Amino acid sequence: MADIYYTDEHEWLSVEDGIATVGITNYAQEQLGDLVFVELPSVGAAIAKGDANVVVESVKAASDVFAPIAGEITAVNDALEGDPALVNSAAESNGWLYKMKVADVSELSSLMDLEAYKALIA
Amino acid sequence: MKKTPLYTLHEKLGAKMGAFAGYSMPLFYPLGVMKEHAHTREAAGLFDISHMVHIEITGPEAAKMIARACPYDAASQKIGEAKYTFFLNENAGIKDDLIITRLGDERYLIVANAGCAQKDIAHVNLVADRFDVTVTVIPRGFLALQGPKAVDVLGALGFAVNEMEFMSGVEPKEGWFLSRTGYTGEDGFEIAMPEGEAADFAEKLLADDAVEAIGLGARDSLRLEAGLSLYSQDLTEEISPHEAGLLWAIPKTLREGGPFIGAESLTNRISNGRIRMRVGLVPVERTPVRAGAKLEDGEGNDIGLITSGGFGPSVNHPVALGLILVEAKEGAIFANVRGRKLEMKIEKLPFAPHNYKR
Repeated sequence: MADIYYTDEHEWLSVEDGIATVGITNYAQEQLGDLVFVELPSVGAAIAKGDANVVVESVKAASDVFAPIAGEITAVNDALEGDPALVNSAAESNGWLYKMKVADVSELSSLMDLEAYKALIA
Repeated sequence: MKKTPLYTLHEKLGAKMGAFAGYSMPLFYPLGVMKEHAHTREAAGLFDISHMVHIEITGPEAAKMIARACPYDAASQKIGEAKYTFFLNENAGIKDDLIITRLGDERYLIVANAGCAQKDIAHVNLVADRFDVTVTVIPRGFLALQGPKAVDVLGALGFAVNEMEFMSGVEPKEGWFLSRTGYTGEDGFEIAMPEGEAADFAEKLLADDAVEAIGLGARDSLRLEAGLSLYSQDLTEEISPHEAGLLWAIPKTLREGGPFIGAESLTNRISNGRIRMRVGLVPVERTPVRAGAKLEDGEGNDIGLITSGGFGPSVNHPVALGLILVEAKEGAIFANVRGRKLEMKIEKLPFAPHNYKR
């Protein structure tokens, strides 16, 4: 059973067996509007918490997505290359951005659970 | 933050609002930018453009005053004819781009950009000071209905639009103004009315199945595909009409001199030849290239910059406008995006064909 976390930068993390799947929340995609391009990091890249390692581009603007925790990229969602709008239609499932090996599990404790995140966007 | 007369309607329609030129404006509605864009090209899109500025010039010297303010022959402009033109500064840089319609022998309507409102009003008053004219800034609701079905939608509401020519304007009733103009590359109309009548009229238009409300996001992607300039990005006080590729808007005889502000500089800038020019650019990859991105040649030399860029939903690839050194246009062009060099190809404008009623 995966544990789900949220950040105040409107990302979600689903953590299972030390691997976090990272995406932007449905609320975030609503704010951005239709996405036309997603720039993903390279598999194997080491990232620090707060790195701008993904760029999501709507028709009008490019926005950075910041790494919520430190780790190493183990996979990226290749489906977004041909269909960036997947982030709009399924932000918190098939529209995931990348998977990472969590460097320090204790960093997860500073993140929010669903209830806290719902309160943030309310 | 200022609100247009349609603010309540935007909220009711579920628009995502954002700041533009001091106004809270709809960026997109629940339909989304991609579908709003496509709907405008296929049917009819309704845009709130009430943030734009309407300035009426009236009086016996109205034609002379316009001829001083703008590089076109206002005296020979026909009543009902709408002209695309500019305010120039003394260096022939563009202060603003405008549409001016002659409403009568001694009446002209200037429609100017929201972002230039204060500057334009001050400029007009300064120029008008030396002429026997009255300057009136008219607060109005202002809507654009754009797309192939716009003509039928307005026709069904009783407006005699079928016979109107592209770039013409009329006053269908007291306090109203209607022109066959737009900013999307499609056939369409811009309609001004007293502020209090704007929301009702917008709802009447939206009641037609062919009409959807369209936000600023799609307004930008539509005009970009149509190769139309946006003031403050593609046009600035530093850029001349020649560099901007807009010399077509200035009659040949006036390019050699005229009574308008900036005439001497314009003649000089044309005879000296332009160093930079406006081009349409398309990235070879799928990465959108945005305004402000620097352009380089194959050796890494600075050759210009992107002035507008984004994604073109109808052409289904990123599109951009750039200002580049004339000497560099035959060589390789790369845009610097987040430290990566993306190859760009020059493409003829517009990216999407114009469908104006001719």
